[in-house]
Parts: sequence; structure tokens; C-alpha cells
Amino acid sequence: MEYRIDRRSGIATYLQIVQQTKQALRLGLLQPGDRLPTAKEVVAATAINPNTVLKAYRELEREGLVEPRPGLGTFVRRSLARPGAAADSPLRAELAAWTDRARAAGLDREDIAALIASVLDERFRDGDTTTARTTTARTATGESTVRHGENG
Amino acid sequence: MTHRHDPSTALEATGLGKRYRRGWALQDVSFRLPAGRICALVGPNGSGKSTLLSLAAVLLAPTTGTVRVFGADPRAAEARRRVAFVAQDKPLYPRFTVAETLRLGRELNPGWDQAAAERFVAEAEVELTARVGSLSGGQRTCVALALALGKRADLLLLDEPMSDQDPLRRHRTMGALMAEAAEHGTSVVISTHVLAELDGVCDYLLLVGGGRIRLAGETDALQSAHRLVTGPRGTGGTTPAEIARHTVVETRATGRQLTALIRPRGAPAEDGWIVREPTLEEVLLGYLRAPDAPPLLTAGARPPAPEAGA
Repeated sequence: MEYRIDRRSGIATYLQIVQQTKQALRLGLLQPGDRLPTAKEVVAATAINPNTVLKAYRELEREGLVEPRPGLGTFVRRSLARPGAAADSPLRAELAAWTDRARAAGLDREDIAALIASVLDERFRDGDTTTARTTTARTATGESTVRHGENG
Repeated sequence: MTHRHDPSTALEATGLGKRYRRGWALQDVSFRLPAGRICALVGPNGSGKSTLLSLAAVLLAPTTGTVRVFGADPRAAEARRRVAFVAQDKPLYPRFTVAETLRLGRELNPGWDQAAAERFVAEAEVELTARVGSLSGGQRTCVALALALGKRADLLLLDEPMSDQDPLRRHRTMGALMAEAAEHGTSVVISTHVLAELDGVCDYLLLVGGGRIRLAGETDALQSAHRLVTGPRGTGGTTPAEIARHTVVETRATGRQLTALIRPRGAPAEDGWIVREPTLEEVLLGYLRAPDAPPLLTAGARPPAPEAGA
């Protein structure tokens, strides 16, 4: 797990860590029993304040996603992955293929994100549309984040 | 004098002042920095940042008031062991090699961590056999920081440590400092006049200006104590009454519009005004543009009231 901190995003740094961890949990890149990087490892790579990392881990702990084991580190307790959302799921493959078609049709990243957001808004209309929109934004940024992490 | 022993406070100043021949460099400075914080010491050139750090590092004696580190007199041997200071001009022996400089650190400092010092120098790609005099400014800074890290101090006082470092080295240096803080709970004070340099790094802020403390406290508390409000300028040259009832740090007028940085008294929401929380940089710029704005110390940054007879 490698965190990518965007200081210009306007999103609080600890929230970026929370969101990126959740994103990894959703995609199955982090699984129960996995150890999160130590605060020292995170700050050495990102040059952020260690208290920020601890705050993010406390938040994840409060949500029941991770647990600290004294002297050993912080470990994943449960996954957020749904079978359909895993990195190798057919749904993801369909979305990837669709994205390729959208790009081939000349849409750029923002066009595609806007298109997905509008469809989500339409389909989740009965629920809380604000939530749907936030989720989309998170997915858009989060996914690219995880990919950066893997490649870099 | 009564000595409060307060190990949870890394640095505390009470009525601290320093007068040079040309006048007061610092006057009536009182604040508290809790242990384990990463503190940005910010202010314009000549505002007293270096003087404040030199007083804490006992390179200077105060004209008035006191400064304490971890509750102790900074001149005490134990306090000196716990504090490391990297001065702006990084005084090192130019004829020593990097290895000899680290050896000097080892000989002079009980509890020296040779591995930490060497690791830092290696990461900065500075050769151990190079003479200090032959190094670039940025490389010399790395050696000075390696000495400070090797000392394994509990309070690092760093006077503009990043000013002569390239972006990559800056990132590595900051990463190494933050790793040190994560592992040992080290308190760090870093002076700079570029706050952006410490974005995401500092969780505490001291703003000095004109030799006085203007802002002190946790960055999130300082930020949430302020609001940026934008609305109609109104008639006449005066600040509209609904804004003037708050503590106004600064107002700026553009066309028919007025933007004010305020410390709200009561609810800041006024009809027709857009209210939002400023970024830390916006707060800081507001205070820098308005040198007469009233200072703000958060509750955690105020030193405890002096004891009777103290």
C-alpha cells in the first residue's frame, strides 16, 4: 500500500489516506490480516506529519476496518470488497472496455467522469444524490491513485 | 524562581524579550509548544525568528523573561542534551571530512546515533570522505541536519533548513525528519518564510512579526477560528456594521465587493454574505498584510499563568 498525497486537492490529508485505504479495501488490494504501512514508512515516503497518519488510522479503526496490534502494527480487520467490485471482476472488465470505447470516441478523462457521474445521479435518484456524486468523485480519484501506487 | 516541571511542554516562553543595540528584536513573547508537535515558525525577514530560536538554544541570553525546554532551564546539562539546533548559516568545520564531522558529533554527544546520522548523509548522497568545505550549500545543510538527527534530541530547532535545498532533497529531508518524529515523538520547530514549504507537515504554527507573537497554536484550531466573508461593500469608507461586530483582521475591497478575514464573535452568517473557512495560508497572509491585527493564541498555546513569586 502506497499513499499518494495531493496537497492541492483541498481534501484533508488524513482523509486522503482514509479514502485511499478504503479504495484498496474495496478493490481487494488490501485484505483481512494485511499490515498497513507504519506511520514511519508513510511519512518517510510522503513527507507529511506523522500525527496525520495516526489520525487516519484511528479513523479507520473507529470504522472497524483496521485494528492496531501493539508492537506489531496496524492490521486490516475486514474487507470492503464486494465480489462484483474486485480488481479481476467481470463488471470491472466491462467498465474498462466501455472506457476504452469512450476514449476511442474522443472523450477525455473529465468527459468520461462527468458522463459516469450523470448516469449514477440518474440511477441513484431515489437515494441521496449527494452521496452518489461524492462516491463517484472518490472512485475517479481513488482508482487512479491505486494504479499510481502499483506502478510506482 | 519557582520551576514548574512540565515535560509535556517542549518549549515555553514567558515575557521573553531580546534587545540588541539597535533596538528590541523580540518583545513580550509568551507561548507554549506542546511536546510531539511539528511547528512552523513563520514571519517576514527580520521579524525575530532566528532570535527566538537562538534564545531557545541558549546561543543568546534573554534581556527579559524566560524560556524553558521540557520544563527545564535550557542552560541545564540535561536540557542541552535534549535540544538540537541547526542555525541558518550551518556552522561546520570546513577542513573536516563528513565522516570526521560525524565523529565529532559522536564524541560530543552521549546517546549519539551513528547509524541515523550516516543513513541521512547516505540518503542525501553526500560522500563520507568529502571535505565539508568542498560541499554545496544544500549538502552542508544535510551534514548539519545529520548531526542534529544523530544527537537523538527530543526537540529539533531548525532555522530555515530547506532554503538551499532542491525539491527532491527537500522532500527527502522532510521525509527523514518526519520519520524521526514518528519513531521517537520528536518535537520539531522549523522556521521558514514560505509556509507552503511546510504544507501538510506542520500541525502547529507560530507567527512572529515586529518582534511579537501574532499567532500561536494548533493549525486546525487557528484555521477554524477564522472566517473569510465576502459581501457588498456598502456605502462610505467604513467596514459594514455586521462585519465590524466581529474581530476584523483584514478587509479588502474590490469594486462593490468587500472581503474580510474575521474572527467571528457569535454566528458569522450574515444575510447576503458568503462565509467560508480560510486556508492556513489565507489566515497567514491576512495577518502579514495587517500588522496591527490583534494577536491570537489558542488555549493550548497560552503558557500557564505564572505562579506567585515566580
